[in-house]
Amino acid sequence: MTTESGFHDSVYDEDLLGGDASHWAFGTSFEDPLAGVDTTIPDGVDPEELAAYCLMLGDDALIYSHRLSEWCSRAPDLEEDIALANIALDLLGQARLLLARAAAASPAVVPAMPEGSPVPPEDALAFFRPDAQFRSTRLVEPDNGDFAVTIVRLLLFSTWRLALLERLASSRDQVLAAIAAKGVKEVTYHRDYAGRWFLTLAQGTDESRSRLLAALPPVFAFHEELFTDHPVETSVAAAGVGVAPSDVAAEVAVILEQVFSVSGVERHDVPQIGPVAGGTGRDGRHTEALSHLLAEMQSVARAHPLGVW
Amino acid sequence: MTATESLEKQFDETIARNDRIEPRDWMPEKYRKTLIRQVAQHAHSEIIGMQPEGNWITRAPSLRRKAILLAKVQDEAGHGLYLYSACETLGVSRRELTELLIEGQQKYSSIFNYPTLSYADVGTIGWLVDGAAICNQVPLCRTSYGPYGRSMIRICKEESFHQRQGFELLATMMRGTDEQRAMVQESVDRFWWPALMMFGPPDADSPNTEQSMAWGIKRDTNDELRQKFVDMTVPQAEALGVTLPDPSLVWNEERGHHDFGQPDWDEFMRVVKGGGPCNAQRIAHRRHAHEDGAWVREAATAFAAKGASA
Ligand SMILES: [Fe+2]
Ligand SMILES: [Fe+2]
Repeated sequence: MTTESGFHDSVYDEDLLGGDASHWAFGTSFEDPLAGVDTTIPDGVDPEELAAYCLMLGDDALIYSHRLSEWCSRAPDLEEDIALANIALDLLGQARLLLARAAAASPAVVPAMPEGSPVPPEDALAFFRPDAQFRSTRLVEPDNGDFAVTIVRLLLFSTWRLALLERLASSRDQVLAAIAAKGVKEVTYHRDYAGRWFLTLAQGTDESRSRLLAALPPVFAFHEELFTDHPVETSVAAAGVGVAPSDVAAEVAVILEQVFSVSGVERHDVPQIGPVAGGTGRDGRHTEALSHLLAEMQSVARAHPLGVW
Repeated sequence: MTATESLEKQFDETIARNDRIEPRDWMPEKYRKTLIRQVAQHAHSEIIGMQPEGNWITRAPSLRRKAILLAKVQDEAGHGLYLYSACETLGVSRRELTELLIEGQQKYSSIFNYPTLSYADVGTIGWLVDGAAICNQVPLCRTSYGPYGRSMIRICKEESFHQRQGFELLATMMRGTDEQRAMVQESVDRFWWPALMMFGPPDADSPNTEQSMAWGIKRDTNDELRQKFVDMTVPQAEALGVTLPDPSLVWNEERGHHDFGQPDWDEFMRVVKGGGPCNAQRIAHRRHAHEDGAWVREAATAFAAKGASA
C-alpha cells in the first residue's frame, strides 16, 4: 500500500493531468486512415462523377449516423446505448473521409463560404449545403421509430452497405479502396449486431415479434431505391472506381433470406416508395424528414459561418 | 469477544491499513448501505449526466466536434455501467437502482439539473464539471471498497480526457469570433457557481462526511476538495482568457491558496429538493427511456431463457 500523499499525487498529477496527448479522444490524435495513400484520381475517371459518388456514400453515412445518435441516452438499456453510439461513430468517421474525398476530387462541390471562413471542406459540405444537394438514399432519413424499426433499418442498411464496401475495397481509386477496407470491418459488426437483435425480437415475446413484423413494411418500402442504379453509379462502376448497387442485389437478398429464415420470419413484398418528379434521394429528391433533420444539424454552424470549433 | 465483535475488529483493521474491503468480506450493514447510496448516486449521475451534453449532439457545429461529443457521452454511459456493476456486488440490481432513481428515491449530482443553453456549455461542462468530478473522484480511487475504487481508476482517466477536450473546445472558441468569445464567457458565468456546489455543502453542514471519512469511503472533506478545484481552475481560466464571476476571488499568499466567495446555498438546497430548472425534465427523460425499453429488455430475457432451455 503506497502512502497517502504519494499515491494521491502521482495519480492526480501525472496520469490524469499530465501531458500524454495520446489519450485524447479522436479528433486530436486520431489516426489518419489515409496516411500514405495515393490521392491522385485514376486515369479515365471524371472528377465530378467521383465527387458525386463520394457524396452519395458519405451522405448515407452522415444522415444515418445522425439518426442513430438520436438514440443516445434513450436506448432500451445501457449496453444498447453504447452500441448504437458506436455504430453512429463509425458511420460518422466514414462520412468525414468520404466528404473530404469528394471535396478533394472536385472542389466545386463545396459550398462557397464567406471570405475568411475557417470552415474546412468536410464541414462546409455537411453544414452549409441545402437539402436538395444532399445525395443520401431516402432509407436513412425518416425518424428512428421504435427499437424494432431501428433494428430492421439497421439490418437492411448495413447488409446493403457492407456488400457495397466489400466490392469497393478493390476500387481503382486508392482512397475509396482504403475507406472501404476500413468500413468493411465496422459495418460487418453493425450487420451482426442488427442480425442478433432481429433474431432476438423475432423469438423473444409476442410483443417483440409483433413489433418486428410491423417494422418490416415501412423500412422495406425503401428497398427498391437501394438497388436502383443512378447514372453516376453506373458510370463510376464502369470506370472501375465505384459499385453499381444492382450488382449486389442478389448477394444482399441471400443474406437477408438467411436472417429471416433463422428468425422464423417470412419476407413478403411490400409496396415501394415511388420517385418524386422522376428522382429519388440520389438526385436530391428526399423525404420530408431530411430538411427537418438538416435544420437541426446545421443550426449552430450556420449561425457562425466565421466561427472556429 | 463475540463473533460479530471479532468481525468488526477485522474490518476496522483492514480500513486502518488502507486495504480494500472486497465483496465477500464481512462489512457492517451501515457501511454497506452508505456505500450503496454513494455508488448508486454516482452511477445515476453518470447516466443523468448524459442528457445535458446529449442535448447538443445533433447540433454539434463540426463533424470533429460531433464525434468527440458523441464519444464523450458514450463514455458516460460506460461509467454508469461500471458503477452499477460495482453496486451489484453489494446486492442490488441495476433495475432496482434505476427504479429508485425514477421514483425520486435516490439522487444524482445536482449540476445536471441546470440546462445547456449554448454549444459553449459542452466545453464548460467538460472543463468545469468534469474537472470538479475529477477532484471529487481521484481520492475515491483509494476508497476502501475494492470494486468501487477499481471502477474509479478507470473512470478518472476518462474524465481527465473529457476535461481536456472541454478546455480545448473553449480555447478554440476563444480564438474565434467575438460572438464565440461572448458565448464562452456567458457559459462560464452560468456554470461557475453550480460547479462549486458540486463538492456539497460546507463541512460544517455536511452530516455524512465524518462517518464516511472514518470508513475510508470518503478521503477529503467538501471544503478541501472545493479549495483544490478553485486553485486548479484559476490559472486555467487565465490561460483561456475568461473571467470567473466571483469578485472576491483572490490569491492569499499566507494560506498559499485562493480565497473565494460562497455559492448561493439556498439555491443549492432548492435544486437538491427538486426545484432546479431541469429536475423534472431529467427524470422524465430517464423514465421514458426505461419504460419505452421495457419490451426490448423483456424480449432479450425471454430469448435468453429459450436458449437456456433448448
Ligand atoms: Fe463520467
Ligand atoms: Fe465525463
